[in-house]
Amino acid sequence: MDYAATTPVDPRVLKKMKPFFNKKFGNTMSLHSFGREAKQALEQSRVDIAKFIGAQDEEVIFTSSVTEANNMVLKGVAFANKDKGKHIIVSSIEHDCVLNSARWLKKQGFNITFLPVDKYGFVNLGVLEDTIRKDTILVSIMHSNNEIGTIEPVKEIGKICRDHDVYFHTDAAQSFGKMLIDVKKENIDIMTVSSHKIYGPKGVGAAYIRKGANIEPLIHGGGHEFGLRSSTTNTTGIVGFAEAVRICKREMKKESAKLSKLRDKLIKGVLKIENSHLNGHPKKRLPNNANFWFAFIEGEALVTQLDLRGIAASTGSACSSDTLEPSHVLLAIGLRQEEAHGSLRLSLGRWSKKQEVDYVIKVLPKVVNNLRKISPFKGRW
Amino acid sequence: MVVMKYNLPYSKKIMKYFKNPKNIGRIKQPDGIGRVGNIVCGDVMELYIKVKKDKRGIEKISDAKFQTFGCVVAIALSSMLTEMVKGKSLRDAMKITNKTLLKESGKVPPIKVHCSVLAADALQETIYNYLSKHKRKIPKELEKQHTRIMKELKTLESAHPELVTFEKKVLKRK
Repeated sequence: MDYAATTPVDPRVLKKMKPFFNKKFGNTMSLHSFGREAKQALEQSRVDIAKFIGAQDEEVIFTSSVTEANNMVLKGVAFANKDKGKHIIVSSIEHDCVLNSARWLKKQGFNITFLPVDKYGFVNLGVLEDTIRKDTILVSIMHSNNEIGTIEPVKEIGKICRDHDVYFHTDAAQSFGKMLIDVKKENIDIMTVSSHKIYGPKGVGAAYIRKGANIEPLIHGGGHEFGLRSSTTNTTGIVGFAEAVRICKREMKKESAKLSKLRDKLIKGVLKIENSHLNGHPKKRLPNNANFWFAFIEGEALVTQLDLRGIAASTGSACSSDTLEPSHVLLAIGLRQEEAHGSLRLSLGRWSKKQEVDYVIKVLPKVVNNLRKISPFKGRW
Repeated sequence: MVVMKYNLPYSKKIMKYFKNPKNIGRIKQPDGIGRVGNIVCGDVMELYIKVKKDKRGIEKISDAKFQTFGCVVAIALSSMLTEMVKGKSLRDAMKITNKTLLKESGKVPPIKVHCSVLAADALQETIYNYLSKHKRKIPKELEKQHTRIMKELKTLESAHPELVTFEKKVLKRK
């Protein structure tokens, strides 16, 4: 019930990867046959991933993660375009890797606007357009939110950015592999994606960077990835990532339809609990995401109780974080502190079964009720 | 279904109290109440005690109950605290600090140490409440603790105005 955190490697992916550990282990930069073998695998992976998103091969840059890719995009675009302007817009519900990159850029003298969202987590297009200034160089708004699953109006956002000649970056870590994304049709200049969210290995991510987009590399070295990201190629990981993408391409439609059905069943079942609420939009959400808040109780205790019963879930409560702050996403959609503390995210995936959903629907009311018995707030707010 | 295989970062004792908390609830007409913590940080504890004099006239805690909004450690420690203080004289109970609690419960991750401070504070406040209600002299150390707890609350309230609204509405704090 926590596939949004990470996914297991699909056995078909693992099979493709295995020879690259010790048999096809060449360095893509070597001229000999081992090197060429690795290089060919790398480029085939690039071609297939590019095709999947409607891009050209050389527009796909591999990185070690989507966190790295987002760092590269924000900082790389900022530094490459600082003569044009120093204003960057990010939504207030971005992943920490985007938010903290933006905060760091602020310290370097850039101006950052954190765009508010409505109660579902949607960015307001009018507000976005009003926020864009002459010196705006980049807009970074996620394709869909990792916590509450809300899918942003990316195409429209992209259109606005095009009209104003501003780069548009979207972090698609959660959407990628769950729905068709065509970067050209959706007016995306830069998109970042992850392998480990789509049944590929950890340690691989990628950025689509539209040809001609002006970006500085962060990692300098031997000039790998068209000079944008040096470092010996993680061929094994990339081959796995590409295979995970090929599987998504074939099975995505059916899988997302199945998961949406399970998700709706889960949401319906959970909302029968008294004083429970859905976070995010009921329809415009990721097919595998359900997020709730339960009044009067705290999320870490809830997640631990579920864990004791074999259910893996996650929460946006402060007590589960290293900072003791509740989730910035839940606060941004207008939840009060005490409400955000009682949040629970359940996310489905490739091997989720109806029985598992039934089990959660059976167990969760009991667990919530037990914790409410302990709570001093029961019935008070 | 997978059964949990790997240890949580909490001791056996903490998990024992978290799974089966003892002394949950409120005491009707308690002799002392303590309420500490705040909703911003995500932990609120309420402690209730009954006090009775024994044959020699020593005031002892005859019953203790708790209610906690909070994480695993907050729930476990407040429950453990109620068990620890039952039967103790007020004088001995006052000596319980967060270190005493952690010694009893076993280690907690550094970020959860504040839960033990909170539980110890709950007890101090409960005893303070009892003594002041009965117009008794407040020992110096207890007065010091009470001042600190109130000061911390004020600091937090000024940083989070929404907290004041919440406290007024939900906790009926004046």
